[in-house]
Amino acid sequence: MSDASTLNGAAAPSGTPSGTPASTAPRDFLIGKSRWKPAEFAFWAVAVGALFALPDRHLLLNEIAILGLFTLSLDLILGFAGIVSLGHAAFLGIGAYAAGLLTKHGVSEPLTGLLAAGALAGAVGFLSSFLILRGTDLTRLMVTLGVALIFHELANRLDWITGGADGLLGVAPGPIAGLFEFDIFGTTAYAYSLAVLFVLFLLARRIVHSPFGLSLRALKDNRLRAGSLGIASARRIVAVYTLAAVYAGIAGALLTQTTQFVSLEILDFARSADALLVLVIGGTGYLYGGLVGAVAFTLLKDGLSAITPAYWLFWMGLFLVVLVLVGRDRMVERVRGLLARAVGRRA
Amino acid sequence: MLTILFDGVAYGMLLFILACGLAVTLGLMNFVNLAHGAFAMAGGYVTVVLMQRFGVPFLACLPLAFVATALLGALAERTLYARLYSRSHLDQVLFSIGIVFMSIAAVDFLMGSQQQIVQIPAFLRGRVEILGVGVGVYRLLIIGLCGVLTLLLQWALASTRFGSQLRAAVDDARAARGLGIEVGRIFVVTFAVGSGLAGLGGALSAEIVGLDPTFPLKFMLYFLIVVTVGGTSGLTGPLLAALLLGVTDVAGKYLVPGLGAFIIYFVMIAILMLRPQGLFARGSA
Repeated sequence: MSDASTLNGAAAPSGTPSGTPASTAPRDFLIGKSRWKPAEFAFWAVAVGALFALPDRHLLLNEIAILGLFTLSLDLILGFAGIVSLGHAAFLGIGAYAAGLLTKHGVSEPLTGLLAAGALAGAVGFLSSFLILRGTDLTRLMVTLGVALIFHELANRLDWITGGADGLLGVAPGPIAGLFEFDIFGTTAYAYSLAVLFVLFLLARRIVHSPFGLSLRALKDNRLRAGSLGIASARRIVAVYTLAAVYAGIAGALLTQTTQFVSLEILDFARSADALLVLVIGGTGYLYGGLVGAVAFTLLKDGLSAITPAYWLFWMGLFLVVLVLVGRDRMVERVRGLLARAVGRRA
Repeated sequence: MLTILFDGVAYGMLLFILACGLAVTLGLMNFVNLAHGAFAMAGGYVTVVLMQRFGVPFLACLPLAFVATALLGALAERTLYARLYSRSHLDQVLFSIGIVFMSIAAVDFLMGSQQQIVQIPAFLRGRVEILGVGVGVYRLLIIGLCGVLTLLLQWALASTRFGSQLRAAVDDARAARGLGIEVGRIFVVTFAVGSGLAGLGGALSAEIVGLDPTFPLKFMLYFLIVVTVGGTSGLTGPLLAALLLGVTDVAGKYLVPGLGAFIIYFVMIAILMLRPQGLFARGSA
């Protein structure tokens, strides 16, 4: 019930009770943790099923998949390494502009653009990760926010490259790997985004269940203790921050390629804040949080903007305030408890 | 050149008044309150409404803006903020972002999204020559007012009974409570005064930087810079940081318009890299 326990509770792995770790060998323990659970299969089955079951909602689904990937990348640093970032949109924007410019200037094959965007965002993430090693939560907030603002300003000022406030228009990506043409219904787009999301998710899942991932959690819980156990915290933070930047960059590239447009708004503070909100709705530290949150957030936003077009921001804010006051851990736990019970009854 | 310096100082003073409430809640109480700008905006809109709908003169609006925002701040502290002091920084960030979003949408709904104009009275609009430098009367008023308030705050924090109780409550709320200090009451009053000052700053700044519903987001970074760069040792650090920021910003905009905002961001990041606790930190002990 105490605050410290709820804090650590957020980092606790989800799902079924994991038996008695002390009695099993570490290797078996890790493998047991990373075993696929039925709910996970169901989740991806639904995601693929939506491709066929909801043919007229592919644009929305595509949006969800990209937001999911972006939030997944934030989860890597927030949920697993405990770094609160207010500027994650910087990497989304870098990826988006990189992919957009590459497409405009000749290289229109989307997968190449994806890799280039990820690499560039990763490079920037690597460099800026050294800025967040020092200081407190507050310093990190300010630094991440400052970095994002610098890129926003850059994109705004370099208007002969980025189109400034008008955005980057006329991005026309070619067929994926020379085979699949983008269509106006977003079917290719959704399939493409979902495939990228799935591959990157598998990679992230592998990473967080590896010893490296466990050491990150140790860092998040108590940096001092992790350090005295011989975990080199700085190196791990640099690594995970870079990885998250690559993911965000790829999400940005997906967004550019599937919407064929980059607007300056992609670097807005609101993007970073949205990602935090999405992640908190879904719950941090178990990878699916970003994806579940993205579904919930997009549907919520879609619904709210249908009811009150101009003022959905208000309800979003109210939702955040209530979420925090009620206690986000408790809310997530409760939903998870309900799900577990539902699954248990069926089994 | 000196005029730019003068404008910069006026701007910095204004920033300090806007941010000094945050210097206490964030700097001293360690509560990450991104919604501080929302209170400043409230003060600005109180002034706009009073002047346009009820014809209250500008100078009379200033104390009213202070009082109204202070009451709003006290209410928000009691009902919402007080529950969050002991939560994690992430919770505080999320909560205050939520407040910012709500305030933006609410003001948009009530007042419209257009820029509001505050007409300052004619006798404040002119310029006077001091030592051969032309300075705006309004900016002179701002510097004077903010200077007096700064001295008053410094005195209240350093030499009054309330100030020492506040410092005790911030340093160790439990021990302070044990000594019979009503920590809750102290925090309400502090929060209310901080919000009130932000409201006053919002009212004063409407003429200089404009007022529209996105105000809390636009200036959030400035407030945060003042506090984080200034450090948490008291009010001197934030004051110097605010002045530095004001002068840099104004000078940057006049002298190298192409670089304007970059300078501030880079300087902020550089300072935070070199001194994560801010320029004027309390000893690390």
